[in-house]
Amino acid sequence: METYLGEKQQASQWSPYINNGGSCLAVAGDDFAVIASDTRMSLGYSIKTRYSTKYLKITEKCSIVSSGMQADIFTLHKVLKSRAQIYEQKHGKPMSTDAVAKLVSRLLYYRRFFPYYTFNIVAGIDDEGVGCVFSYDAIGTLERVKYSASGSGSSLIEPVLDNQVALKNRNDIKKEDFKLTKEYAIDLVKDAITSAGERDIYTGDFVEISVIDINGTHEEKFELRFD
Amino acid sequence: MFRTQYDSDISIYSPEGRLYQIEYAMQAVAQGSTALGLKSKTHAVVVTLMRSSDELSSHQRKIFKVDGHMGIAISGLTADARVLLKFMRNETLHHKFVYGSDLPTGEVVSSLAMKSQRNTQRWGRRPYGVGLLVIGYDGDKTHLYQTSPSGNCFSYYAQAIGSRSQSARTYLEKNFKAFPELGLEELVLHGVKALKESSGKETLTKLNVGIAVVGKEQKFEILKPNKVQTYLDQILQTEGEIEIENENENEKDEAAETLELKLD
Repeated sequence: METYLGEKQQASQWSPYINNGGSCLAVAGDDFAVIASDTRMSLGYSIKTRYSTKYLKITEKCSIVSSGMQADIFTLHKVLKSRAQIYEQKHGKPMSTDAVAKLVSRLLYYRRFFPYYTFNIVAGIDDEGVGCVFSYDAIGTLERVKYSASGSGSSLIEPVLDNQVALKNRNDIKKEDFKLTKEYAIDLVKDAITSAGERDIYTGDFVEISVIDINGTHEEKFELRFD
Repeated sequence: MFRTQYDSDISIYSPEGRLYQIEYAMQAVAQGSTALGLKSKTHAVVVTLMRSSDELSSHQRKIFKVDGHMGIAISGLTADARVLLKFMRNETLHHKFVYGSDLPTGEVVSSLAMKSQRNTQRWGRRPYGVGLLVIGYDGDKTHLYQTSPSGNCFSYYAQAIGSRSQSARTYLEKNFKAFPELGLEELVLHGVKALKESSGKETLTKLNVGIAVVGKEQKFEILKPNKVQTYLDQILQTEGEIEIENENENEKDEAAETLELKLD
């Protein structure tokens, strides 16, 4: 719309997307994976709810966490859950983690021209019993990694994981001398997301953390700061 | 039942008001091997006798999971059962996706009945030649339904279908009053005993007896052969017979699982 001075005024255009904030991360070990997400759902500078889950257990060996827009997270998780059941009915066994990872990628790309506003991380145990983490962008670009963080706190968490898991920029320890144990990984994930909660306003309230190994999935919940 | 002049098409009534094609379809159900179901206040159970056409082939599966809270046992044309199973799985999954809850057993059975009836009144279609026993647990209640090619469906305390099912039904009629208060173990035992009534000359083994349970705090589960064997042992103990296991137990289990015919 033009004013009398002839300059164009920017009318704010309606967007179908909003960001509900929150952080997610996952770390893979030799025979386990740890996956965690906070539960705060925000809109602007307000908190909509302190508990809205971003985590979904798909099989005993595989889970997903997603950050971004809660409506799309909810729908994507619903679709994924149904697809996992269809797979199990058709093949007589649960989906392998690799299959889940590929399926998520395809589901996201299916919406290439109106994407799910979700930033997902899939973690679990692969067919050989080795821990794996898969990270995605909004349209399904898939990459298998050793660790990943997404969401509003990702820029706070990712460098910590770079330093503590991949041992980047460390002079005090060599790669050959370092073994990522389950206890170390769980503590690291807890500390990382707690630290994100300290500085990122959109991360806080509760954390759902889950440890996946050959025996199945063990889920836990703990509190973060409420401010 | 002998051929009459009123049975050449599904759309022809007989003077007595019968549709013979539907009755012939129900005969297909009666030709299948026995499947029976029974329920208590907390659990519902199906027990089936799985035939194998010869020693080389595997035993025909008769029990299928529909959803976590529901499953079926079939008798009749297995291929038709596959179609109905796919339909039921679709309905339950769709309901779960849209409403976030388990689809009540009665509702899916009603849909199935509608679907079956359509095939009795449409040009070029034939009735489904399979009878289902549907067991489910929802709304804090156990359910057992029978569906038939005619499109009729009824709820039962206990029921048996397939060949020689009358003997099983007689056993169930004698004992059903006690069922509501029974625990799971006793309920399954009654089911196996009833199956024994209709097994005729066939010996019941862990390979040809199928058992599935569902109920309160019990997701629909098809019992593994070793668990089936424990029930068979209890029956045989009470009858004083001794079963001799010829082959290695593990081998037989693996063989049984790999030979299982996969259906949708």
